[in-house]
Amino acid sequence: MADEREIRLKVEDLTLIFGKKKEEALKLLNQGASKSEILKKTKCTVGVNKASFEIKEGEIFVIMGLSGSGKSTLIRCLNRLNDPTAGKVFFKDHDITRDTNKQLLQTRRTEMSMVFQKFGLLPHRTILENAAFGLEIRGENKVEREERAKQALKTVGLEGYEDQLPANLSGGMQQRVGLARALANDSDVLLMDEAFSALDPLIKSDMQDELLQIQNKLHKTIVFITHDLDEAMKVGDRIAIMKDGVVEQIGTAEEILTDPASDYVKAFVEKVDRKTIITAETLMFDRPTIVRFKKDGPKGAIRKMREAGVDVLPVEDDQEKFLGYVWLKDMLKLEKEKAKTIETVLHTEVPSVYKHYKVEEMLPLITGHNHPLAVVDEEGKLIGLVTQTSLIIESTRYSDKEMDKLIDKANEL
Amino acid sequence: MEKILPIGEYIEEGINSLEQNLSFLWRAIDDGISWAVENLNDLFLSIPFIGLLLLIAIAAYYAKAGKKSFTKAGFKNAYGLTVFVILGLLLIYAMGYWEEAIQTTTLVLVSTLIALVFGIPFGIWAAKNNTANAIIRPILDFMQTMPAFVYLIPAIFFFSVGNTPGVIATVIFSLPPSVRLTNLGIRNVPGDVIEAGRAFGANENQILFKIQLPLAMPTILAGINQVILLALSMVVIASMVGAKGLGAIVYQGIQQNDIAKGFESGLGIVVLAMILDRISQSIGSKK
Repeated sequence: MADEREIRLKVEDLTLIFGKKKEEALKLLNQGASKSEILKKTKCTVGVNKASFEIKEGEIFVIMGLSGSGKSTLIRCLNRLNDPTAGKVFFKDHDITRDTNKQLLQTRRTEMSMVFQKFGLLPHRTILENAAFGLEIRGENKVEREERAKQALKTVGLEGYEDQLPANLSGGMQQRVGLARALANDSDVLLMDEAFSALDPLIKSDMQDELLQIQNKLHKTIVFITHDLDEAMKVGDRIAIMKDGVVEQIGTAEEILTDPASDYVKAFVEKVDRKTIITAETLMFDRPTIVRFKKDGPKGAIRKMREAGVDVLPVEDDQEKFLGYVWLKDMLKLEKEKAKTIETVLHTEVPSVYKHYKVEEMLPLITGHNHPLAVVDEEGKLIGLVTQTSLIIESTRYSDKEMDKLIDKANEL
Repeated sequence: MEKILPIGEYIEEGINSLEQNLSFLWRAIDDGISWAVENLNDLFLSIPFIGLLLLIAIAAYYAKAGKKSFTKAGFKNAYGLTVFVILGLLLIYAMGYWEEAIQTTTLVLVSTLIALVFGIPFGIWAAKNNTANAIIRPILDFMQTMPAFVYLIPAIFFFSVGNTPGVIATVIFSLPPSVRLTNLGIRNVPGDVIEAGRAFGANENQILFKIQLPLAMPTILAGINQVILLALSMVVIASMVGAKGLGAIVYQGIQQNDIAKGFESGLGIVVLAMILDRISQSIGSKK
C-alpha cells in the first residue's frame, strides 16, 4: 500500500567526508578502505558513507543511531547545511546537491523546514515572532505571516503564549514553538533532528503523541532523527539504523526487531533500555472493528472481517461490554447452517487485560491462544486490542530464548 | 647606543609624504570635524542651563526605565540615576565649568560617533572572516598600547593645533573596544540559532541583521560604553594639543601650579565620566 505513494526524498550514495583531503579520502573509500584506515592515511573523517534510501510522501522516516553514527550529519545533507562530498539528494525530481546558492535558499524557504534538538529560537523575539521567522525570511508581509504563525501555534497547543519570550517557556513548550515555526512554513518536508531528545521523558512522550496527531492531519513527509529506539518505534513508519556513517538496515519496526540485518542492529535492539516498560495502552490499537452480539449475525460478522482483513474479531454486548471472540471459520460454518445468532461459537473463555498491564504480564496470556488480547476498562468495555505480533515484538527485547519459545508455541497452534 | 634600524625615521618620512600628497584629504577631515564640533557645541550652549539639565535628566530616566517609564517599577528603578545626574550637573555648573563640560562632552560625542562608524563594521568583518580577524587584532593591540600621547604628534602635524587633532587622536585611542566587542558578541551567538536561520533559508544579510546583531547587541553596547569612557579620558589628554574643555583647565592647573583649579576640573571630569558611563550602561542593560 505504501508503494502507491510518490517518492518525496531520494538519497543516492550520499557520502560526506570531513577534513582537508576529501578527494583522496573519497578515492580510498571507493576502493573499500575502512573508516579508520582513511582517518590514518588522510586525517579525514567519514561522516556519512554511501547512504541510499527513498522516503515516500506522508511517511515518517526515522534515522536512528548512537551519537557519532552520522545521523545528524546525514539529515543536514538533505537541506545542505552540510554539503555532501559525493552522491545525490533528490527532492521530488530535482537534485538538491546541484542547486545554486539561490535555488538552495529557495528550497530551504519553501520545501523543507527543520526542527532542532536545541530548539534554535531567537531569545529576543516573542513566541509569535519566532513562529513567523521562516515566513519573515521568505519575505511574507507582517499580517499574513502572523496570521499563519498564530495558526501554527494553535496547532501545537500554544494559543495565548504569543507575546511571551522563549526564556519564559519550559523546554517542551519551546520545542512546540520550534515545531510551530516549521509548520508555519507549510513545507512538504519536515526535518526533525533529535527534536525531542532534550526533553523530559513524560514531555517527550506527549510530544511524540502530538507529532503523530499533527501528522494524521497534515500528512507531511518527516525525517526524524533519534538515538532512542522506543521513540523510533513509536513515531516511525520505517526506520533506518546507522552505524559509523553506514546505513545498516532500513525497515519497519517489526522487520528490524524480528530480523536484524547485522549483529550491530541486533545488539542495538537488545540494548534497548529494559527499564522502559511497555504497557497495553501503548501497544493496543484503539477503535478496532467490533462484532455486536445482538445485532450482527454471521453474515454481518463475515462482512466486517473481510473489511478489516482479519479472521478473528472481538464481540461485545449492547452495553459495549467485551464478551469474547468469533472466528471466521465458525462464521462461515454458521452461514451455511443459516444460523441467525453467533452465540454457539462465541469463545468467551479468553483473557482480557487493563491498559496499564505490562508486556511481561501479557506474554503468558497469549500462549495457548491465537487471538489478540482485549484491553478493557474497569466496566469491562473494550477500549482496544493488542495483537500477538506487537507483543512478540516487545518480547524480542527480552531475550532470544524467550523469542524462540514463543515462535515454537505459535507454530504448535 | 647606535641605532641599527631607524624605524622612527621611516615612519616620519612616510607621514611627511602623506601630509604633502594628501593635503586635500586632511583639509576635508579638518573641516568636517571642526564643523561638527562647533555646531554641536553651539547647539548645546544655545539651550539655557536649566533646559539642558532637564533634557539630560529625562534622557537618563528614559535610558534606565525604558518602556516602563510610566510605571512604578520604572520609577523605582530609575530615580536614583536621575537624581545623581541632576546633582552632578548642578555641581559642575556651581563650580563654573559648565561651558567646558559641554565642550568636553561634544568632543566625546563626536569622537565616539566616528569611532563607532569605523569600529562596528570592522568588528562585523573580523567576526565573519578569520583572516580579517588575524590582521585586525594586532592593529588593535598597537592602537591601544601605544602611549596615547604619541598620537598627538602626527595629529598636530596633519591638522595643527585645535579640536581636530584631539578628536583624531581620541578616535584612534578609543576605537578598539568597539571592534573587539562587536567581534566577540557576534562570535558568541550560539551556533544552533544561526543554523536554524540557515535551515529556514536566511541569506548572509538576514543572518547578520536578524540574528547575529540583535543577539550580539548587549556586548556591542558594552563596547560602546567602553569607547565613551576611553574617549573621555583621551579628550582630557588631547587638551595638550589645543582641544577645549575640562582637560584644558586641568592643563592650565598643571602649568600654573594651581591646586584649586586642578582639583575642580578633575572633579568635573569624574562626574561627567560617571554620568556618561551610567547612562550608556543602562541603555545596554535594559531589556
